[in-house]
Amino acid sequence: MNLFRNVVFIAAIAGLVAGVVLACMQAYATVPLILKAEVYEQAGGGHGHDHAAVPAATGTTAMSTAAPAEATAPAEDEGWAPADGFERFAFSVLANIVTGIGFALILVAVSEFAGGIGNWRQGVFWGLAGFAVFTLAPGLGLPPELPAMPAADLTERQIWWWATVAATAIGLGMIAFRKSLPLAILAVALIVAPHIVGAPQPGSYETAIPEGLHHQFVVAVTVTNLVFWLVLGAVVGVVRGRLTGTATNLRDSFA
Amino acid sequence: MTAASISLGTSVSSQSRFMQLALAAFLGIFVMGFVGFSHIDAVHNAAHDYRHSMAFPCH
Repeated sequence: MNLFRNVVFIAAIAGLVAGVVLACMQAYATVPLILKAEVYEQAGGGHGHDHAAVPAATGTTAMSTAAPAEATAPAEDEGWAPADGFERFAFSVLANIVTGIGFALILVAVSEFAGGIGNWRQGVFWGLAGFAVFTLAPGLGLPPELPAMPAADLTERQIWWWATVAATAIGLGMIAFRKSLPLAILAVALIVAPHIVGAPQPGSYETAIPEGLHHQFVVAVTVTNLVFWLVLGAVVGVVRGRLTGTATNLRDSFA
Repeated sequence: MTAASISLGTSVSSQSRFMQLALAAFLGIFVMGFVGFSHIDAVHNAAHDYRHSMAFPCH
């Protein structure tokens, strides 16, 4: 299991670095916008929010003006939530690092099938692919949304999200690694297909969130994710280069 | 991979190579799916800002 161990080792370092970078960017770029949106959410009595739309929730939101986290998640049926301030921030950082390592595991494993990420520049291009697969493609049909924005059924959206990620990844892989025109055409069809099917949309787009705030959020999410993926790919390239030295195959490396 | 057809040993190791990489990828998908997509309320609340910031389907 040397190969597995090396993949996990590289992914852990890259995920940690990129996750911390992303958490810092989010603290300045996206989280303030989420907190602003939660003010609208409370004022508007939770427009479109699946759980907040329940009439009983309005009473709870009025009481917790000082605690936006509980406003999004009325305590009665939503279970535990981190307290606002440091605890909430700490859990966001933790989520960033843990999923950063998750994304890194996927990136390293998939890139090893294609010969591995040799240096930071190759890593940047792999990062661009990751950005296209995990942010750009699903974000076209399901743009980043703020609390209190209307949305379709959660499970349906999650299914569409995963299907789009899979189709885009397979399509990009076919274009990049199969030198065949018919396959490239099939790949484009595969990438386009989820958007023809269309993402699940809410019944009504009415929301208390100002258009400008949402637009700002979409830009912030997209740009922070782009930087995250570039950093992730580059760090994988650097760490893998250090481990393998001149060896081209990860299996023959240090372990 | 290049010598896969020459000896059984290489072929087995290429199969194990595939298994190890697939295992790593599935581990990554599981970790990211649990934090970002789990319907468990406590997990959702803990990673709430993160889910919104990653444009994961939320709520």
